[in-house]
Amino acid sequence: MSEAAKPAVPAAPRAAGRAGRNTELPEHLKSYKHVWVFVEHDRGHVNPVSWELMGEARKLADKLQVQVAGVILGGPDEPLDAYAKEAYAYGADRCYVMRDPVLKGFRNEPFTKGLTDLVNTHQPEIMLLGASAMGRDLAGSVATTLGTGLTADCTELNIDGRALAATRPTFGGSLLCTIMTLAYRPQMATVRPRVMQLPRRDETRSGDIVEMPLGMVETDIVTKLLDFIPDANRNTVNLAYADVIIAGGKGLKNADNFKMVWDLARVLGAEVGATRAVVQAGWAEAERQVGQTGKTVRPKLYIAAGISGAIQHRVGMESSDVIVAINTDPNAPIFDFAHYGIVGNAMQVLPVLTQAFRTHLDKRIRKVA
Amino acid sequence: MHIVVCIKQVPDSAQIRVHPVTNTIMRQGVPAIVNPYDLFALEEALRLKDQFGGRVTMLCMGPPQAEDSLRKCISFGATDAVLVTDRAFAGADTLATSYALAAAIRKIGQEQAVDLVFTGKQTIDGDTAQVGPGIAKRLGLNLLTYVSRIVEVDLDARRLKVERRAEGGVQLLDTTLPSLITMLEGTNEMRFASLDDMLRAGRFPVRKWNKDDAGIEDVSKIGLKGSPTIVSKVFGPTPRTEKADMQVVADSNPQDVTLNLLQKIFTTHPQIEAELVERLSA
Amino acid sequence: MAEKFDAIVVGAGPSGNTAAYTLANAGLKVLQIERGEYPGSKNVQGAILYADALEKVIPDFRDDAPLERHVIEQRIWVLDDNSFVGTHYRSDDYNKPPYNRYTIIRAQFDKWFSSKVREAGALLICETTVEELLMDGERCIGVRCDRKGGEVHADVVILADGVNSTLARKAGFHGELKAGNVALAVKEILFMPEEVIQQRFNINEEEGVVIEMMGTVTEGMVGTGFLYTNKDSLTIGVGCMLSDFKANPQKTTPYALLEKLKKHPSIAPLLEGGEMKEYCAHLIPEGGFHAVPKVYGEGWMIVGDSGGFVNAAHREGSNLAMTTGRLAAQTVIAAKAAGKPMSAKTLKAYKDSLDDSFVMKDLHKYRELPKVLHDSPHFFTTYPELVSRAAKTFFTVDGVDKKTKQREILGSFKSARRWRGLVNDAFNLWRAFR
Repeated sequence: MSEAAKPAVPAAPRAAGRAGRNTELPEHLKSYKHVWVFVEHDRGHVNPVSWELMGEARKLADKLQVQVAGVILGGPDEPLDAYAKEAYAYGADRCYVMRDPVLKGFRNEPFTKGLTDLVNTHQPEIMLLGASAMGRDLAGSVATTLGTGLTADCTELNIDGRALAATRPTFGGSLLCTIMTLAYRPQMATVRPRVMQLPRRDETRSGDIVEMPLGMVETDIVTKLLDFIPDANRNTVNLAYADVIIAGGKGLKNADNFKMVWDLARVLGAEVGATRAVVQAGWAEAERQVGQTGKTVRPKLYIAAGISGAIQHRVGMESSDVIVAINTDPNAPIFDFAHYGIVGNAMQVLPVLTQAFRTHLDKRIRKVA
Repeated sequence: MHIVVCIKQVPDSAQIRVHPVTNTIMRQGVPAIVNPYDLFALEEALRLKDQFGGRVTMLCMGPPQAEDSLRKCISFGATDAVLVTDRAFAGADTLATSYALAAAIRKIGQEQAVDLVFTGKQTIDGDTAQVGPGIAKRLGLNLLTYVSRIVEVDLDARRLKVERRAEGGVQLLDTTLPSLITMLEGTNEMRFASLDDMLRAGRFPVRKWNKDDAGIEDVSKIGLKGSPTIVSKVFGPTPRTEKADMQVVADSNPQDVTLNLLQKIFTTHPQIEAELVERLSA
Repeated sequence: MAEKFDAIVVGAGPSGNTAAYTLANAGLKVLQIERGEYPGSKNVQGAILYADALEKVIPDFRDDAPLERHVIEQRIWVLDDNSFVGTHYRSDDYNKPPYNRYTIIRAQFDKWFSSKVREAGALLICETTVEELLMDGERCIGVRCDRKGGEVHADVVILADGVNSTLARKAGFHGELKAGNVALAVKEILFMPEEVIQQRFNINEEEGVVIEMMGTVTEGMVGTGFLYTNKDSLTIGVGCMLSDFKANPQKTTPYALLEKLKKHPSIAPLLEGGEMKEYCAHLIPEGGFHAVPKVYGEGWMIVGDSGGFVNAAHREGSNLAMTTGRLAAQTVIAAKAAGKPMSAKTLKAYKDSLDDSFVMKDLHKYRELPKVLHDSPHFFTTYPELVSRAAKTFFTVDGVDKKTKQREILGSFKSARRWRGLVNDAFNLWRAFR
């Protein structure tokens, strides 16, 4: 096992700061300037999270009165210049580009070296990456190589003084914390897709490209990318990690009516959840039980149909971002913690809701395609 | 074969509540559990041990009570367990943590060379997914994140093939040993410990290492001192005082009510709409 | 080859922990098997710790056990729908250490107690369910667990597996748990700042109040409510006989009853601003003396809730659990020291020590209470209303002369219950409590 490569410019910690840690930015790091965004792309598409970050970078850079740069690594036959043009439209002033056959298709080794070399050469003060599989893989390696601070899954980015203040949830979302990297550069942060808004495009914007060679050949790289297998349909119950869940309770009266939950779930590409009573009645499998004795879920959207919202169910899903409840009883406890409530018969509401979602989403999907 | 599996003991965040007045985390009675993502890593390591023979050494950096989590891992079939525990490690962020764990793995490797290091995808209390990549970088291990399946291990040729989850599909990667794998969740099902395993775990002498035992060379790189990131403040999200936005079907009709609902949700939470569209367009 | 221990304790609740601790402390090889994820995960209690019972096992428990408040005031309330008549007892003597009762949070307390048990040398495994007792003819020789290779042997098996123990039933030691012998109770822990609790209940730091309640809130079902002050939370709960829940024409759920109790005009202000932190439900043995099964046999003993050792009249359960656990362990230790086998003959000493202790003496004293209360639901409906009305009449100054008021009060009792009924009720209560 070999020692890790030392960064080109070591951060020299000073004695000052709370509890013996540094809060002073060392002199040689004060020259680090500008805000960078790693532009993530694969097989012809840029991951939109890069553009969302470009918008955020623009805001941060404007506060600091510095520039925004996109960083694009890829193969020589990939449309990196086109990506750069988009980057300018979303707010970048410049793009750093590294072209090499070895960079076609993401692999940790060459990408880490490329990004690290670019950072050491051009010294940005802030670097943002999308918290995707690629982004997190790369960010962790690069931050460790550079020996700098990395804050992951941020929900908010601000400037405090001249430094980046990154806010993120902690402890399952019960609390938020603001994290800063005061004595090291660059300050790195990752942000999940869709947390930040996609900025407006400004086609009039332009910028320059600065290229840099990677300096690696294929034989240098140990890990080979043999193939890429696109997704087929997967068929397992993945309730705990689902983003959208439709759940049904005893208020649905019988197993037949429970099918309506499945109909809505299908339209939304959602997972199906159930209360304990429903599972015990045999209308749904045990793996679908949400609650104190079932699964805890944290989806972005949770639609509860015919569920009273008793504590045992509540504790399993109350951290959902948006909770919609449908129940005939206006005093049902679920309305105390749901965000949206419909007082009505779930058997009546569900099919109508399903149709409404289907129509609305069809329209949007056609727009995007 | 010698595999090291890194785990973290975390508070069961599903059970954590926030004090309504002081905004601190109410940890009383919240049980500490093995980070659930780590169990997938452990099960994968145990399967390789079943196949190739050898040892699985558990490694954890944490307070003394993290010993219980290591015992749990022993009960599933791990061979050995090391708890790296020392006040000097307190307050470590991910950079300082990967430094400490890398040092400990180096030490463990001196007893028997390590072929593979496993970690879980991320922790439920930190969610950063940074420690695995950090350890790999420090030890010069090939990094394979988000592994959904280990396709093939060839111990003689010292080669490894895995499937790695990427956007829209899976990469088939081929690399050499030693490597570090962060395992994706849902890829396997943890085995049941036998009674003998439970008894063995209950009695197991978990090794406890302080910073010297763990081979820490530079104390400025561990704990609070070795952490570039600083938490400048912790605060509660603004509490929800508003009750649910209610509509009564009887007062109008189901069509209007549902259209209203959709409009409200998508206007207030545009990212939900965007994600639905993206997922369903794929 | 199954491993052999001196003793296997099934369950890591108060009775199991006490038994395992006492045995391990005496140097015996003990295996404790708990089906929950960790000790206390399956356990629920209103959360009063009776120091006397624990002192006899861990004399210096106060050094590091997690204790909430020591109780200095006891209130007993008889409620009707919008008032209560209460009796309070508060004494500064209760502020003189060593304190007699504490409120505790079971999740933390059980964790602490279990660490003591392990320190003493017992081997604890969790997430393991004992499926049945291994029998050699009439003699219990071990247990079989739900894990591969799950047979373990022991000289004696101590069942501390709680109110709904299936093991004893399966082995034929006693019959099915009757709905008339058990209560279903639910409780919530409400978070509340220390200073607010102290102000509302008129106590200082570390001092605590216990309120026991009964009345119309249980809709004629036999049951009680309770409210305890913890350090920075309140525990509020209510429980009724399971048979009464089943027979109740309104089919009120325990949770609905709790909500009703929380909304009572005398109770709601005490809970104002509290944030629900934990909710749980549990069965409590209520059969009393007549429902205690055979608690020992060839190679086995029963302790705690599993043996129905709960004094419902005084809401005492955990002290009986700890005491039975201790007495069982001491019986085993004495037998081992004397080289005696764990036969029924030897283990009878356990039952004898129970009979000699407050455990069976108290249960015997209140043996009629369950039946009396069950046969007289008016204790929970008519009397609370009468008593409240009487108090209201008595305390309201409205120009009516006192003699008339007195007559009115007596008259209300007479017309509600008739002389015969009143005498009968008095007689029955005397019978139940003597």
